[in-house]
Amino acid sequence: MGKKRKTPGINGSSSADIAFMLLIFFLITTSMDTDKGLARRLPQPVPKDQKDKNDVEINKRNLLVVLINSNNQISCGGEYTDIKQLKDKVKEFIDNPYNDANKPEKVEEDVPFFGKVMCATKGVISLQNDRGTEYQAYISVQNELAKAYNELRDAVSKKKFGKTFAELDEDQQKAVQQIYPQKISEAEPKNYGDKK
Amino acid sequence: MGKFSKAGGREMPELNTSSLPDLVFAFLFFIMMVTSMREVTLMVQFHAPQATELQKLEKKSLVTFIYVGKPTQEYQAKMGSEARLQLNDKFAEVSEIQDYIAQEKSSMDEADQPFMTVSIKADKDTKMGLITDVKQALREAYALKISYSARQATE
Repeated sequence: MGKKRKTPGINGSSSADIAFMLLIFFLITTSMDTDKGLARRLPQPVPKDQKDKNDVEINKRNLLVVLINSNNQISCGGEYTDIKQLKDKVKEFIDNPYNDANKPEKVEEDVPFFGKVMCATKGVISLQNDRGTEYQAYISVQNELAKAYNELRDAVSKKKFGKTFAELDEDQQKAVQQIYPQKISEAEPKNYGDKK
Repeated sequence: MGKFSKAGGREMPELNTSSLPDLVFAFLFFIMMVTSMREVTLMVQFHAPQATELQKLEKKSLVTFIYVGKPTQEYQAKMGSEARLQLNDKFAEVSEIQDYIAQEKSSMDEADQPFMTVSIKADKDTKMGLITDVKQALREAYALKISYSARQATE
């Protein structure tokens, strides 16, 4: 073995350059932007043969109708509302702090960490829009609805755990979600524009 | 060269660069992990709407994108200036969504299919009529997890 001639070592000084070239190539062709958005769940498709039957009856007090017309104006529960007021109205509707008879009823449920608490499970927000509504207006409304839920959840998390909802661990988040489940129904599209 | 070293008397020890490629490679892999390939060239004008309550999309590989917006300048002569859909690299009709979703779904791992998310990247000036059509098509295609792509609003 000792007699064998030594193979000359490969000159590796250029591998740094090669790696740099690759690095620059990837920096150019890829994008860093993490895609963010408002996550929603669409309802199950309605079977075609029973299209106009409303099989889910919702009590009137449990339903808050939010309408956006083609001029991007918002109506909340039947009255014209500014986008800035929408969040507070929605919060009041979901939370129903004074147990108003016209606001959604609450159900007592056994929630982990909390024990028996009143949960706002019945309230449903029905979001309807016109075909002419601008997407930005629609997203703004969706955003306000999400904000209302997030603030309510944050409030209850702060009270119980001293942290915001986002900082809780998974089980705690689930418990808080049980108290304030996000129920936004995006109704079947209706062509309000035609009625005008 | 030699002249200088002789004059200086002491020789400056050379910096060992043998680990430099490893460093760069480590950095390269980091970049490859955190970024994503730009897969499609945009054929529609797209300015995301603004919102504040944003959630990150969890897994890139499970996300399918649908772009909605007006065709860009170069395509306007051919496609007109009405808002259109873009699926992958071509313009499409709403009726093509179902096939597209089915195709994307079948290319996924079976265990991952229920977690498939569709990200609707729509221009902020799009009319809701088209978006609603897209939503209905997605419902029928059983792609129920959606995300409205938006930018963080500066307050």
